[in-house]
Amino acid sequence: MATTTGLSLNQKLKIFETCSLIRHVESEISRRYEKGKMRCPVHLSIGQEGVPAALSLILNPKDYAVSTHRAHAHFISKGGSIKKMIAEIYGKSTGCSGGKGGSMHLVDKSKGFMGSSSIVGNSIPIGVGLGLAIKLKKSKNLSVIYLGDAAVETGVFFESINFSVLKNLPVVFICENNLYSVYTSLKSRQPRNRKIYKMVKAHGLRSYFFDGSNPFSYFKKLEKILEKSRRKSEPCFIEFSTYRYLEHCGPFNDDNLDYRPKKELLKWKKKDPYLNLKKKLEKNNQQKNLIKKIEKKVYKIIDESFLFAEKSNFPLKRNLASNVYKKK
Amino acid sequence: MYTKRNNNITFVQAINECINLQMINNKKLISFGMGINDPKRIFGSTKGLVEKFGPQRVFEVPTSENALTGIGLGLSLGGYPVLMTHQRADFFLLAFDQLINSISKWNYMYDGNSGIVNVTIRLIVGRGWGQGPTHSQNLQSVFSHFPGLKVVIPTTPYDAKGLLASSLRDPNPVIFLEHRWLHNSIGNVPSKNYFISLEKSKILKKGKDITIISTSYMTPEIKNIYKKLEYYNINFEHIDLICCKPLDRKTIINSVKKTGKVVILDTGFESNSISSEIVSMVNQYCFKNLKHQPVRITIPDIPEPTSYGLTKFYYHHSHDILKKILSIFKIKIKNIEIKDSNSLYHDVPGEWFKGPF
Ligand SMILES: Cc1ncc(C[n+]2csc(CCOP(=O)(O)OP(=O)(O)O)c2C)c(N)n1
Ligand SMILES: [Mg+2]
Repeated sequence: MATTTGLSLNQKLKIFETCSLIRHVESEISRRYEKGKMRCPVHLSIGQEGVPAALSLILNPKDYAVSTHRAHAHFISKGGSIKKMIAEIYGKSTGCSGGKGGSMHLVDKSKGFMGSSSIVGNSIPIGVGLGLAIKLKKSKNLSVIYLGDAAVETGVFFESINFSVLKNLPVVFICENNLYSVYTSLKSRQPRNRKIYKMVKAHGLRSYFFDGSNPFSYFKKLEKILEKSRRKSEPCFIEFSTYRYLEHCGPFNDDNLDYRPKKELLKWKKKDPYLNLKKKLEKNNQQKNLIKKIEKKVYKIIDESFLFAEKSNFPLKRNLASNVYKKK
Repeated sequence: MYTKRNNNITFVQAINECINLQMINNKKLISFGMGINDPKRIFGSTKGLVEKFGPQRVFEVPTSENALTGIGLGLSLGGYPVLMTHQRADFFLLAFDQLINSISKWNYMYDGNSGIVNVTIRLIVGRGWGQGPTHSQNLQSVFSHFPGLKVVIPTTPYDAKGLLASSLRDPNPVIFLEHRWLHNSIGNVPSKNYFISLEKSKILKKGKDITIISTSYMTPEIKNIYKKLEYYNINFEHIDLICCKPLDRKTIINSVKKTGKVVILDTGFESNSISSEIVSMVNQYCFKNLKHQPVRITIPDIPEPTSYGLTKFYYHHSHDILKKILSIFKIKIKNIEIKDSNSLYHDVPGEWFKGPF
């Protein structure tokens, strides 16, 4: 296996670690949500951990990233402070956005995570602008734009693709195609025989497709693709197939609503990125121990983060009106 | 840096000079917009810029108003202040997602923890010469609804230069509205760099009988009847609003408290507008001082028609403005001779304006 993917054990463990971190942070949010302390919508990425796990190893803090309503995994992948993220979801003053943004508006400038938007398509041009800033600075960085399959249906997506090709910007579009926009299947939204990555290719940028669930299988290729964009300061688009396991928004499973075929769900559960990586790595006894250690570390981060959020204070009344305008 | 020039320059020249100076002073300032480098250079306002600062800092754009607004935001977050220009405010309506959902609240939404939103958006508004329903809208009230934006609407070349300089320095998004009919107006403008507050209205004339508040092209309309008002012994105070968001409450309230009468002239539609906002403010804060109900002179709640025959009835002109103000003092006039601003035709600001827009 190791020879075919060309990944070192260390790389595999690191990918697994991010994957595990995302899975367990999201699961803990899901578990605790009912207590009513996280009083904002949450869009969890359980089932979709593969892509951000792989990217966490390729990007550095000077690379920019922007994301969508489903931002937790991307934020974690970029190294964003989990304490501040959980505190933000709790609406606490210690949150990354001082409690003003919530789950859908995460930021960690020190890690290059510049923001996420609750409006479908909204963060795409912002990421392109960050790409232009990189180009003007002549630095060897990337601006990564996470988007869902529905964002491909917005006008601003095409405007942004056009501009990034026109100006040849170091922008990486990461499209996580989980087949759904809320309850609505891709089939009702885009022509049946369309392949998103092929359509995008026609705009004049390199465009690729991978099954997102097994990051070991595409990591090396992904690394090369991004390396080329970095080196040549040019855009690329990558579509990943993926699947979310829980409801679109909220902590529960909504399979009782029957909007997704059971077969489809089962197929994707078999491809569970977290469980499969774990299984692969645990085949070897020595690695089993390493995995244990990693997960212990992950649990510790999570315990500490939730404790931090629980213990933090709500913002004060005087913060209500602060930062409407930036003071000079 | 600058060759000697006449002290008096046009509004457009003042804008051009300002951009020039700010781009010299701030090597990171980026300027883009549709037509910015075309032969007409946005009515001359971007003349000479690309030649001087190069196509990396001054560039032409695709017809993608929404994305470009987000791109401007991203650039600013990445450390590059941005000046965008749109030849008509109407075109910019396509960018409302980026403006309202992101730019206006970026600083608040992330509690100041993302980058700085140093974005200035020049929007040209117009009227007449058949601009019609979708090339003429003066939307200051719309932009002024949203917390986090600053909205300025200068009248004179002097103010245009100083306000644009301040806008380009401000760490907040600024909507900078220019009336096309003011573009050729001339005024005294120092060639040096200077700044004017984005939050202060300007008292153009002191008086005690009535407060006249005007925005944009309504300001020269009032200046045009100064002599007449004086002839009728009306000791008026004239405020050029300049700042629509935030409103300079202090200047307005102090004035109306003193005069007890107010007339507001705005280039926007009547309902839910800057003028209605000022009336409500006056009622709230000067209720006891009022000696007459507040009066508004605005565009009616009707889209601007295109026909020369119809626009005649659409806009207020110096003559009926005077009539309205005099009626507050119970002075009735019949036909008095006022030359309408400066032209034979009601749909152009002067002989210089030959269309097409
Ligand atoms: C402009 C806009 N329209 C509609 C919505 C409501 N909405 C929120 S999330 C969502 C689904 C987006 O689907 P996709 O982009 O595929 O992302 P996913 O949720 O699958 O990760 C929609 C339609 C929105 N937030 N913004
Ligand atoms: Mg989707």
